[in-house]
Amino acid sequence: MLHFYLNNQLIQTDQPAGSTLLDYVRYHQHLTGTKIGCREGDCGACTVLVGELTPDAATVTYQSMTSCLTPLGNAHGKHVVTVEGINAARGALTPVQQAIVAEGGSQCGFCTVGFVMSLTGHALSSRPSTPESVRAAMDGNICRCTGYKSLERAAQHLQEQLTQRPATAPLPWLAAQGFVPSYFADMPGKLAALRDLAANGNGATPAPAPNGPEGGPGTRLQLLGGGTDVLVQRPEHVRAVPVELLYNQPALRGIRRTEAGLIMLGAATTAQQLLESEVMLAVLPALPRFLKLVSSTPIRQMGTVAGNFINASPIGDLTILFLALGAEIELEDAAGQRRSLPLAELYRGYKQLAKAPDEQVREIRFVAPTPTDVFNFEKVSKRTHLDIASVNTAAWLRIEDGMIQEARLSAGGVGPVPLLLRRTSEWLAGQPVSAETVQQALALAQQEISPISDVRGTEQYKRLLLRQLLTAHFNEVVNQ
Amino acid sequence: MNHLDPARHVRGESQYLDDIPVQHGTLYAAVVESPVAHGQLLGLDVSAALQQPGVVRIITAQDIPGENQIGGIVPDEPLLAEGHVHFRGQPVALVLAESEHAAQAALPHVRLDIAPLPVTVDPRAAAAQGELIVPPRTFRLGDSGAAWAGCAHVFEGVAESGGQEHLYIETQGAYAFPTEMGGVRIVSSTQGPTAVQRHTARVLGVGMHQVEVDVTRLGGGFGGKEDQATPWGALAGLGALVTRRPVKLVLDRMADMRMTGKRHPYSSDFKIGLDENLKIVAYEATFFQNAGAAADLSPAVLERTLFHATNTYFIPNVTATAYSCRTNLPPNTAFRGFGGPQGMFVIESAIACAAERLGLSASEIQRRNLLREGDLLPYRQPTEGCHAEQAWDTAAALYNLPALRREVEEFNQAHKLVKKGLAVMPICFGISFTKTAMNQARALVHIYTDGSVGVSTGAVEMGQGVNTKMAQVAAQTLGISVSRVKVESTNTTRVANTSPSAASATADLNGKATELACRALRERLLRLAATELKLEYEGLHIENEQVLAAGKPAGSTWEKLVSAAYWQRISLSENAHYATPDLHFDAETNQGYPFAYHVYGTALTTVRVDCLRGTYEVEAVRIAHDFGQSLNPAIDRGQIEGGAVQGIGWMTLEELVYNEEGRLLSNSLNSYKIPDLYSAPKVLDVHFLDTPGHPRAIMRSKAVGEPPLMYGIGTYFALRDAVRAFRPDAPLPFSAPMTPEKVLLNLYPDAPTTPTAWTSPAQLNYVTTSVDS
Repeated sequence: MLHFYLNNQLIQTDQPAGSTLLDYVRYHQHLTGTKIGCREGDCGACTVLVGELTPDAATVTYQSMTSCLTPLGNAHGKHVVTVEGINAARGALTPVQQAIVAEGGSQCGFCTVGFVMSLTGHALSSRPSTPESVRAAMDGNICRCTGYKSLERAAQHLQEQLTQRPATAPLPWLAAQGFVPSYFADMPGKLAALRDLAANGNGATPAPAPNGPEGGPGTRLQLLGGGTDVLVQRPEHVRAVPVELLYNQPALRGIRRTEAGLIMLGAATTAQQLLESEVMLAVLPALPRFLKLVSSTPIRQMGTVAGNFINASPIGDLTILFLALGAEIELEDAAGQRRSLPLAELYRGYKQLAKAPDEQVREIRFVAPTPTDVFNFEKVSKRTHLDIASVNTAAWLRIEDGMIQEARLSAGGVGPVPLLLRRTSEWLAGQPVSAETVQQALALAQQEISPISDVRGTEQYKRLLLRQLLTAHFNEVVNQ
Repeated sequence: MNHLDPARHVRGESQYLDDIPVQHGTLYAAVVESPVAHGQLLGLDVSAALQQPGVVRIITAQDIPGENQIGGIVPDEPLLAEGHVHFRGQPVALVLAESEHAAQAALPHVRLDIAPLPVTVDPRAAAAQGELIVPPRTFRLGDSGAAWAGCAHVFEGVAESGGQEHLYIETQGAYAFPTEMGGVRIVSSTQGPTAVQRHTARVLGVGMHQVEVDVTRLGGGFGGKEDQATPWGALAGLGALVTRRPVKLVLDRMADMRMTGKRHPYSSDFKIGLDENLKIVAYEATFFQNAGAAADLSPAVLERTLFHATNTYFIPNVTATAYSCRTNLPPNTAFRGFGGPQGMFVIESAIACAAERLGLSASEIQRRNLLREGDLLPYRQPTEGCHAEQAWDTAAALYNLPALRREVEEFNQAHKLVKKGLAVMPICFGISFTKTAMNQARALVHIYTDGSVGVSTGAVEMGQGVNTKMAQVAAQTLGISVSRVKVESTNTTRVANTSPSAASATADLNGKATELACRALRERLLRLAATELKLEYEGLHIENEQVLAAGKPAGSTWEKLVSAAYWQRISLSENAHYATPDLHFDAETNQGYPFAYHVYGTALTTVRVDCLRGTYEVEAVRIAHDFGQSLNPAIDRGQIEGGAVQGIGWMTLEELVYNEEGRLLSNSLNSYKIPDLYSAPKVLDVHFLDTPGHPRAIMRSKAVGEPPLMYGIGTYFALRDAVRAFRPDAPLPFSAPMTPEKVLLNLYPDAPTTPTAWTSPAQLNYVTTSVDS
């Protein structure tokens, strides 16, 4: 039994944990403001807000998510907000809705609610509203009618209003301004009560537990994290089978730095959590620039790092990034046996993993780069944002006195697996930083790759593009 | 005034097809489609699928009581395949089940036995085999053949433009209900309710009066639901008729992308001749349109390519020939611009080709050859109220074209790995259905006894704001507040025999009909007022709901007048008909007066190319546009912004990829990219030109739907300009879209393409993981 709040209503449902929040909202609760556009997280028409109680139970933090890829089970214990949950009484418009209407930001209207929810999520966020961040809040929403300029004007008005928002405890102000109804103030208490009920075992069972009915030694339920890959690829399967939900497991969350200089991430860490992590930003100050090229705001709030690894796409952005960081993964089998494996050794062939079916990623770790190390990530896709790369690559270089001491170059989209360019990386160690070195490295890299022509580009293009992007890494060395 | 619908849109209260409360007993439909692009359909076995849980019925061509035919212009398209399949995704059967999941789950259990036949995806190859949808058409003005000798410069080339997926965010769908009289009522997401009605009636073997089609609104159309909403409406209707239960059919995104046609890709040859003063003397173009497997609207799209083959330019000697080529792709169809953009891309390529070879800026040629008042277009209609030069000169002055050009040049001199490019794109677009008979519309206006007003027309609201414009026309004509007016759903029982909402003409045609109906009602009410108030009829008006005599309150109000009319047994309803006057066109001679008027404008586009990565940004699109006397500047601005960005998408990111087997590879939103927030131009300025509008435009407010799409063509040429700044000798083919791939390959045409061509410092063995080594 799943328990959560949908707008102002307590939901208790037996619907499968692996079914989508979208279908539940539209077809079980008949809340039709949330639209179906693509069912793969690429349009944002189904965007809702998902609020999670902070550990101190003081507040609820809201994130925009595409409900088409949100497993219903991930709503357990949360506050799910659809447009019906923010609409004011008697047809009055919220400031977000008003701004969109006033600026002509809605034409056919089919994508509009998604924009309304994304911007409302931005208003509810505790982060400062800037011209850039308010636009970024809409980066997961596609509109075919308006050309976005009217939506940008609406967002700009909104951002000006939000400069008045108190930095702490903004909810009373937001409610007074009409951004959200007043019942939002009750949500921390209501979610805390749900949590306590679950903790006391009084009726509310948490979402299907690890080792559920079919679990036993050597077997494992279908694992389900943020849903952003599995619900695109096998939605019918995931709906039909028992699943083990990972997204909300506290043990799989958190980012920390050990005294030995290792950075440790829980497997279910999201890209958004990477972005908000002071530990990560301290070692990779350019991370926001890199991750802006990775999917969209809602998807970054849903998809997990381990999910990106295990999906084994040859073009996984986070995989490419972590390959160059020299990451290792900690695997655990159904019996609880653990082992660690360099990420670069996880991939055996196209979507073939060097792990047993019952092995699950628990943790990811890498040695923190030093402040003088060069780290860069490059990605080119047909559309710069919210697109899958034609080629992506990351580079980590340790340089002393004009000599490359160590290097790790990774490349995606140029072979059946996400590649660590081992030979090129090894060859670079001990070379001087020079134009010749770059030329030789570029040529070497060409011999490590085997791109094929597909919808993301021809072989010829991918070869050329990798050469250019590797060049961009070395330009970064010069810049630093 | 704002668009009226968005107040509901933002609250999620607007009802689209999939939001209709489901009626008890509804069956859900899923379409069995051909997995091959061409073949002989030898067998169709549904027995296993029928055994699947929840499956109620599977409908094949044999179940069609009427004719298995939905072709609009040419009867060449079966609703369900029989004998042969002609494209991948062609509907073959319809599964009806108790739930959507059950219907989808049964699909793989339908067994199709198909003997493959050769597949053609290339229009030139199809033309070479004589596979033409209709005979070729040629528009001719002067004598281009005789003119070449007198030209100082003659250039030839090839230009290719890709297709475009409509990507309305609401996918295709229909919901059909059986009626007690043996017919069906269909709620359809269609731009053409009458097309759905006509073809469904034909398929069901009933009169059109037995098929009611109702449309509240669409979640986007863009031409994709003009003819191609019909199969889904007819299939749902067929299912409802056969099972006597409601049937709902909504395509999922990937099915929609696989099964429906798109903007036509074109491959074209051009030849252009100029005199020593850069006047274009002669132009020849041959267009090969990739029509797909059936005619659909292709012949009409082809015709509009010819109508716009010379864009905004006067060229005295023109020969333009177009072939509609049958290939094994889904039937391509209407898309904003309707063949016009494809024609314009070729003439702009020809001008760019000439300019590049002559070492000039294309605008040197463009500006000198702009249409002037009274110039003849290749179909012999003269321009009337021509604003081509005004648009160009206003844009050039307002946005300071010389300074923009200087900035680009200075930037390019100062930067090695980043280059900017600039292009000017003037447009001229003819407004009317080119099939003259379609330029008619009707409006049914009811005034209720409380003074509120209901307006029904043939116009379909799909985001373009036509309902708001209809409400404005009614309110202004009747002299009442727009809040009293409700625009009803578009319904074939209220307004019959409608033309689709297309050709940018919807507001003009339906608005004029609404205006006529409201004028008749107003006259009737004022004649009553004259009698009741004992005043002269002449000089009576209704303004702000007050009756005025010679501008002064005459002691009556709208509500009183309406109430009095009822009690005097005066009709408060009116049905008016409008047909655009003066139009004619002879499709044999390809001459006539096909357009009510033309719309003009000019866009200046600046782009910035990262010459290391091949990526780019559209920095600014600055437009001066001929709206006439805009009825609703907020809506009209939105059409320009949205149309321009859609055009930019067509020219840059939006790349349809089919393989040799006719399989769509760019078959989802993760592989087919339309512009997002960040790919829209950073600056998008729209200047409303001071133009008088046209009496054939509704309240002199010119049609605005399609023309702005063609501003996007400027982005292609601006990108080309930037690439040439990096690589002046780049042998750039005229090939759109200009994807980042094409940009990079053109920036580095000499880059080695095979691994053996790369010089290597050491021989390496291919290694994937250290586990293997």
